[in-house]
Amino acid sequence: MKKTLGRIYVLLIMLFLYLPILTLIVLSFNDAKSMSVWTGFSLHWYAELFQSRLMMGAIVNTFSIAILAAIIATVVGTMAVIGMSAMKPRQENTLMAFNNIPMLNADIVTGIALMLFFLMVSWPRGYMSILFSHTTFCIPYVILSVRPRLNKNTDRLFEAALDLGASEKYAFRKIVIPELKPGIMTGFLLSFTMSVDDFIITYFTRGAGINTISTLIYSEVKIGIRPSLFALSTIIFVVALVVLITVNVHQSRADKALSAA
Amino acid sequence: MVAKKRFATPFIIWIIAGTVIPLASIAYYGFTSREGGFTFANILAMFQHDHMQALGLSLLLAVISTVICLVMAFPMAMILRESKWGKQGFLIFVIILPMWMNFLLRTMAWQVLLERQGVINALITAVGLPRQELMNTPGAIVLGMVYDFLPFMILPIYNTVSKIDNHLIEAAYDLGASKTMTYARVIIPLTVPGIVSGVTMVFIPALTTFVISNMLGGGKINLIGNIIEQEFTVNSNWYLGSGLSLVMMVFIIASMLLLQKFDKTGGQNLI
Repeated sequence: MKKTLGRIYVLLIMLFLYLPILTLIVLSFNDAKSMSVWTGFSLHWYAELFQSRLMMGAIVNTFSIAILAAIIATVVGTMAVIGMSAMKPRQENTLMAFNNIPMLNADIVTGIALMLFFLMVSWPRGYMSILFSHTTFCIPYVILSVRPRLNKNTDRLFEAALDLGASEKYAFRKIVIPELKPGIMTGFLLSFTMSVDDFIITYFTRGAGINTISTLIYSEVKIGIRPSLFALSTIIFVVALVVLITVNVHQSRADKALSAA
Repeated sequence: MVAKKRFATPFIIWIIAGTVIPLASIAYYGFTSREGGFTFANILAMFQHDHMQALGLSLLLAVISTVICLVMAFPMAMILRESKWGKQGFLIFVIILPMWMNFLLRTMAWQVLLERQGVINALITAVGLPRQELMNTPGAIVLGMVYDFLPFMILPIYNTVSKIDNHLIEAAYDLGASKTMTYARVIIPLTVPGIVSGVTMVFIPALTTFVISNMLGGGKINLIGNIIEQEFTVNSNWYLGSGLSLVMMVFIIASMLLLQKFDKTGGQNLI
């Protein structure tokens, strides 16, 4: 009885989460522009999507900004974790408090604050201002992923390597970086995802004439929903599905290999 | 020592340029009049009728959405905890997947469903009932908020619930506690840190959103986020916009302090 109730509940939540997405997927193959009447199968909304220069430009911007922001945030954040471990606890805690601000603050406030900053220092808003802003909100995620990996043990291993005659640089490369690597990877991936997904901060820090996928969707939805956006939804959904399945399969294989060893 | 302090220098510069100066400039503009003098007018403007109404509605809708998310998420987290290992992985996957879709597209999906010519109305009229005005209502906005933010409530609660030691629950039953008693005295108190993270992750974006209200409210329902956004993008009155943002930040900070009181772990579970 309890089990059946549980199953029904899970089913209801899944319907709630997926019916809207499924609707978009179905409508993306609809011949007519209508949102409620099915008039036949067609791929022309996909064609419209791929022929749109604006959309292709936005896709390039979104992913290039995400990759660059993630790389810069990973480097700056990892260095910060190493640097902070040499500080007194009070200094470190102060920095961590500042580090948490962009994460806890509402996106709209972060966006407005950065926009005012760019206006004040008369930094023209465009690609670079978006990149700077994205890096700003990505760094905290890198620090929070990397910091737990750096502990007493890392220090001891590093010192042992020095005692055994390794140079500092060599020991850093061979001991510290491998110890931090899982955290660095998590931080990079989190940053990438947050950047691709961001709308609000980009909205306030972009200039006229530059779009990411999110800002382009927003301006198009305001004019009127076109089914080419349904096609975009379908593509994003399928890509997310494939990526997540790949990661999961990879991980469960790694887990199995670990438990077998 | 591995560490050299100067490695943190780029980070410190980034904090100053990306966080400290920008926040300081909100404070500067918030307390400056258009003519350039010091003023409280931008802060006090929150008491104007329109602004108070928007703030009140934002608080109300954010609280309603958060409560609905909590009520929907808790049973889900408990079911997840009790399900078998392989199935658990699958269910978490199912909850995470929508988070990877752009939230504007997810909100747009509800627009497609709720509109006058939309899917739900097509179903309603097919049964022979009259068309309903579903869009541009506070209900539509709440629905959009719940839909967009539900995973952010389920995941942190599931994280804490899954770490509860089964022996504690069994011990409660062995000592004669009823089911309600076990939930009230054992399970829910141990879940508080997850609930606090979940509530924070739903309440603050819900309180400050302007996108969901714009897309599902048709520009007719103004939340405090919409008012602030318009000051910056339409009216170009950064002074007023900054002043109102400062007041909104007070509400954000107050709600966080309130929530932290419940959470003895000090927000360790936030992500």
